[in-house]
Amino acid sequence: MSSTAPAAESSAASAGLVPTKPRIGDRVFQGLSTGSGIAILVILALVAAFLVLRAFPALTTDPATLAAQGYGEFWSWVLPLAFGTVWAAIGALVLAVPVAIGIALFISHYAPRRLAQGLGYTIDLLAAVPSVVFGLWGIFVLAPALIPLHVWLTTYVGWFPLFSGQPSGTGRTIFTTSIVLAVMILPIITSLCREVFLQAPNLHEEAALALGATRWEMIRMAVLPFARAGIVSAIMLGLGRALGETMAVALVLSGQNRVDFQVLTAENPNTIAANIALSFPEAYGLRINQLIASGLVLFVITLAVNMLARWIVARRAQYSGAN
Amino acid sequence: MSKRIEAKNLDIYYGKFKAVEDVSMVIEPRAVTAFIGPSGCGKSTFLRSLNRMHEVINGAYVEGELLLDGHDLYGPGVDPVNVRRQIGMVFQRPNPFPTMSIKENVLAGLRLNNKRMPGREQDEVCEKALRGANLWEEVKNRLDLPGSGLSGGQQQRLCIARAIAMAPDVLLMDEPCSALDPISTLAIEDLIQELKANYTIVIVTHNMQQAARVSDSTAFFNIAGTGAPGKLIEMGPTEQIFSTPEKQETENYITGRFG
Repeated sequence: MSSTAPAAESSAASAGLVPTKPRIGDRVFQGLSTGSGIAILVILALVAAFLVLRAFPALTTDPATLAAQGYGEFWSWVLPLAFGTVWAAIGALVLAVPVAIGIALFISHYAPRRLAQGLGYTIDLLAAVPSVVFGLWGIFVLAPALIPLHVWLTTYVGWFPLFSGQPSGTGRTIFTTSIVLAVMILPIITSLCREVFLQAPNLHEEAALALGATRWEMIRMAVLPFARAGIVSAIMLGLGRALGETMAVALVLSGQNRVDFQVLTAENPNTIAANIALSFPEAYGLRINQLIASGLVLFVITLAVNMLARWIVARRAQYSGAN
Repeated sequence: MSKRIEAKNLDIYYGKFKAVEDVSMVIEPRAVTAFIGPSGCGKSTFLRSLNRMHEVINGAYVEGELLLDGHDLYGPGVDPVNVRRQIGMVFQRPNPFPTMSIKENVLAGLRLNNKRMPGREQDEVCEKALRGANLWEEVKNRLDLPGSGLSGGQQQRLCIARAIAMAPDVLLMDEPCSALDPISTLAIEDLIQELKANYTIVIVTHNMQQAARVSDSTAFFNIAGTGAPGKLIEMGPTEQIFSTPEKQETENYITGRFG
């Protein structure tokens, strides 16, 4: 400022163009929002750095050394876990997504207003239940209750490869786990979808109705296409939660380190998060590095899933109605 | 194709609120009928009751008789969905479906009927509707691009094409030009003149010059005050309404003394 001509400055000040007081609120808000933006990046970078640093020994140690200490080779150990993680999460999505979209549509477009509100609150309440409660419910209530269904499915629908094999005697299978996960991710998918459905423009809903669309046809024409990006985001958030869920899976699933597509048998793949939780208390030395390396794999999977979702949403951006 | 509409003592409600009271009129086929009147007088509400779009709003209902060539549109067992397939509607703001291409937009209504239409027939229907809406020359090379990329006036003509692709008996237009510039407005008005050879056209407009330019008969609606129901004050041939109206109220409105 000192380099500018003092005369020019004072004339600008007298014309009321130079603010007399610094705008503190503006500065504070800008600082806060910029700081928050930077903070999230820093936190993420720190987490990634921690994972990479601590995982490094497990990835670089000679397999022979690992074997000498009683551990298997890293990739053949972690890939079944990664498979189990994705497999259980996919099962949860298959079960939860149709139900969530159905509930969301019912709340946004079918139910009378009062009922819709009550239902909305109830669904949100589900999100407030701690995951250990879901886990205990899964192990003590759901798993035993589902044993007859396991038997029935393997007996009568056993020709379908996923349902083949000897049914589990405990019910603590990938199937049961997926159901528990589905219940857990239902609220987030439902409430996000509901919000998006409610925002569907009235303009286009009326356009569809005026063409002689029934309510369902109107939803297919004007609501679902509009909500597409939002639905994908909701599913991805749900998937993120299902991939990372630890406690409920650790309690419910009786898993082993294997790749197995059959969902009803006693031999089930384990998931990364549950395996970390179950193995960590007794782990030492390189084992800890291996477990953290498996956490890094989960991190990468989640990142990849989110990028895929962004790509799906962006692919048809010109049809999104934003233009 | 073109059918006569007859309203008998129609009362229209939003819940407990009576929005329009005791309207009786005849809307002739192959002609343009304009509804004019100040804001809130119920002309749009009345228009929306003609294809049962009114009842889309929670708690809205209609009492009285509304006959389409003698059949009561509000009779027992009548499905509003079928009514709307025969009575097309164009809205105030152009509303092509943003997720559909131009062609898909034109065919949107037909697809609802679950007709499996061979590709060539689809092309023919699409071209015919777009020609009918005077839009074909402008969009024939980009039928597969999104309809939302068109200008406002083109979008509105796309909506008209979408409505006439259904081959409706009646075409309702709710202030179709109010969001458009003068050139686009002219294009729509010319189009209305061509369409009336085949369709019964009802148009709501705030623009009295427009009513005078495009319509064959004009209905004037008015309200006594806020909260009072709208009423049909007078209806007659457009020339007569704009030169020698029978009611003083009508004359006050068209000469610009209020409204």
